[in-house]
Amino acid sequence: MVNYKERLDRTFTALVDPTRRAILAQLERRDGATVSELAEPFAIKLPAVMKHLDVLDDAGLITRSKSGRTVTVRLRAQPMREAMEWLRRYERFWSGRLDKLAAYAESKEAEARRKER
Amino acid sequence: MTSLTLVRRIRARPAIVFDAVTTAEGIAQWWGPDTGPVLLSESDPRVGGRYRLRFRMLDGTEHESSGEFLEVVPPERVVMSWRWKGGEEDPGESRVEIKLRPVPEGTELTFTHALLHDEDSCRSHEEGWTGSLDKLVALFEGKTGA
Repeated sequence: MVNYKERLDRTFTALVDPTRRAILAQLERRDGATVSELAEPFAIKLPAVMKHLDVLDDAGLITRSKSGRTVTVRLRAQPMREAMEWLRRYERFWSGRLDKLAAYAESKEAEARRKER
Repeated sequence: MTSLTLVRRIRARPAIVFDAVTTAEGIAQWWGPDTGPVLLSESDPRVGGRYRLRFRMLDGTEHESSGEFLEVVPPERVVMSWRWKGGEEDPGESRVEIKLRPVPEGTELTFTHALLHDEDSCRSHEEGWTGSLDKLVALFEGKTGA
């Protein structure tokens, strides 16, 4: 069982690459796509697309199912949801802190200016 | 590498902002949530020095975080390790970096909180991540059902 932090790391590592994000975006628009359909919009070779799919698969972001000679790729929402939750939670937390920090620093600045006059 | 980057423009000079984020008196003024007091603020802002912060929420729960200053370059940059005490939801150490840049109205503050495995992977991914967050959020907003 991979822990929460490792799962998050894998998700985010997978998402760093723009081609992989584009593949996910494609999958989001339709329910399942074949590997060659996914490869179509990119100026890269099929093996390179397969490599990206391996990374996405390792991160649990997609599933691949084989029927005859066709591999269908589908999006899995769960790891994405965890990653977004982490970001949202911390974004909320730190946004609130930074707002207060800004207000405090601005009051100190006003005070400093009064003294300088 | 998992990281969050936030940017704020503050109408105060970098030296003032730097003191506010590194000194114990400064941190105590803004660290707590709107709804609860800061109970403890200790800070020794030099490389190898430590900090410890604790606040209480309205529901009575107390939250403590602590860590070590890894880089201290007044008034430009501070990097520290970060750990919640007993936080089972977010185990392990992460890294907080605050960069300050002078701008006409005062200071531009860039805040990064990174949950990471090792420095190298963090460095190599930093470039790619910063700036793609917004796009990513937009991309998956529909999917996450939030």
